[in-house]
Amino acid sequence: MSDSQISNRKPETGAFFQRDREWHPQAYTPWYKTSVLRSPQKALLSLDGSLSEITGPVFGHNILGELDNDLITNFAKPGEMAIGPRIIVYGRVLDERGKGVPGALLEFWQANAGGRYRHRKEGYVAPLDPNFGGCGRTITDEDGNYSFRTIQPGPYPWPNGVNDWRPAHIHFSLFGHGFAQRLITQMYFEGDPLIWKCPIVKTINDKAAIDGLTAALDMNATIPMDSRAYKFDMVLRGRRSTLFENRMDGN
Amino acid sequence: MVQPLNQLKESASQTAGPYVHIGLTPNFAEIGGVYSEDLGTSMVNDKTKGERITIVGRVLDGTGTPLRDALIEIWQADADGLHNSPSEMRGSADANFTGWGRCPTDMDNGEFRFETIKPGRVPFKDGRKQAPHITFWVVARGINIGLHTRMYFGDEEKANGEDPVLARVEHRVRVATLIAPREGSTYRFDIHLQGEKETIFFDI
Repeated sequence: MSDSQISNRKPETGAFFQRDREWHPQAYTPWYKTSVLRSPQKALLSLDGSLSEITGPVFGHNILGELDNDLITNFAKPGEMAIGPRIIVYGRVLDERGKGVPGALLEFWQANAGGRYRHRKEGYVAPLDPNFGGCGRTITDEDGNYSFRTIQPGPYPWPNGVNDWRPAHIHFSLFGHGFAQRLITQMYFEGDPLIWKCPIVKTINDKAAIDGLTAALDMNATIPMDSRAYKFDMVLRGRRSTLFENRMDGN
Repeated sequence: MVQPLNQLKESASQTAGPYVHIGLTPNFAEIGGVYSEDLGTSMVNDKTKGERITIVGRVLDGTGTPLRDALIEIWQADADGLHNSPSEMRGSADANFTGWGRCPTDMDNGEFRFETIKPGRVPFKDGRKQAPHITFWVVARGINIGLHTRMYFGDEEKANGEDPVLARVEHRVRVATLIAPREGSTYRFDIHLQGEKETIFFDI
């Protein structure tokens, strides 16, 4: 953890841009039923980032295993592979100033090609794939780039409305450089008609914010006769410049 | 018209869902053999400086029912008040302390548990000392955007009394929701998502 991948760069010490909480989903979104009893009713207490929040853990490549970014084989028996449409997911992690975020840990998880998660509490009739676990992780490079290989997950029914189905999606967890940047989100796939019916997607009010979670098919990044590719960029909070607060650290 | 600022919008948050363990604590989810150990399981080793403590608690919904599918992360300073982060400019933190931990709530009783150390005091922006505290981040099914809160220590009455963040709480009766009582070397910190005992959550 202490062997930072960004040690050659100027450390950043500014507080983060204020979160736009009208762009993010609200806590209370009753059409997503579980949110009703799990949403705070009192206002959040605003706190301009102190040292306790503008700092955060940074992870080194030493935590990564060789197959951590290959969900097709990282749970498979030797010589076997997961079943399903083979895809590459790639993109960049940027901050709100458009700068690449290097050394960002990304963790992702998903259902298998039939929409079945490998989890004790999950009872969907679609079978498990004995060669698919559903978890992976990677760390962005110097320019904020990442990629991983997986199978495209299937849609999945869930007990919300009587006939609600999640669109095909991959969950993402992101660390930036400050704990206040911590983010969990979901990636959707271009053209999926379930996106606009989903109560969880619709916890977000702004169509542009939903488009920002929808990965584009990129035929120029596919591997012919092997895998298609989806491009998915993610944006973490930007950091305020410390131009005049502290000239020594100014950027 | 004016020049565009060319700033991007942060990616919108979505719930972590009920199967968050698959991605963040796969061994806990019984997905063995992918990672040798779940990240954030151990924060200390036998060389870590500071007083060893245990933090236990639950996350409760608006009916008082514990969440058995939540995931908690904590972030804190070391015993000298330094963070193990590249953005820490005041000195080097204890290399034997990660400062960061992750724990899912138990699938049966909803309890989380961290073995850590009591943090030192960290200055606020204006130089005043904050009381020792630990930053919590809670995600779960039904939580659309991760919730940040802080745990303060029940046996730090004097420091808590001068803490600049606690001082900002207008409704003084709510301060107690951030203070964990001590029993032996264990602090109990229950997080109430909603209702009368609702924990203070921060927009940071």
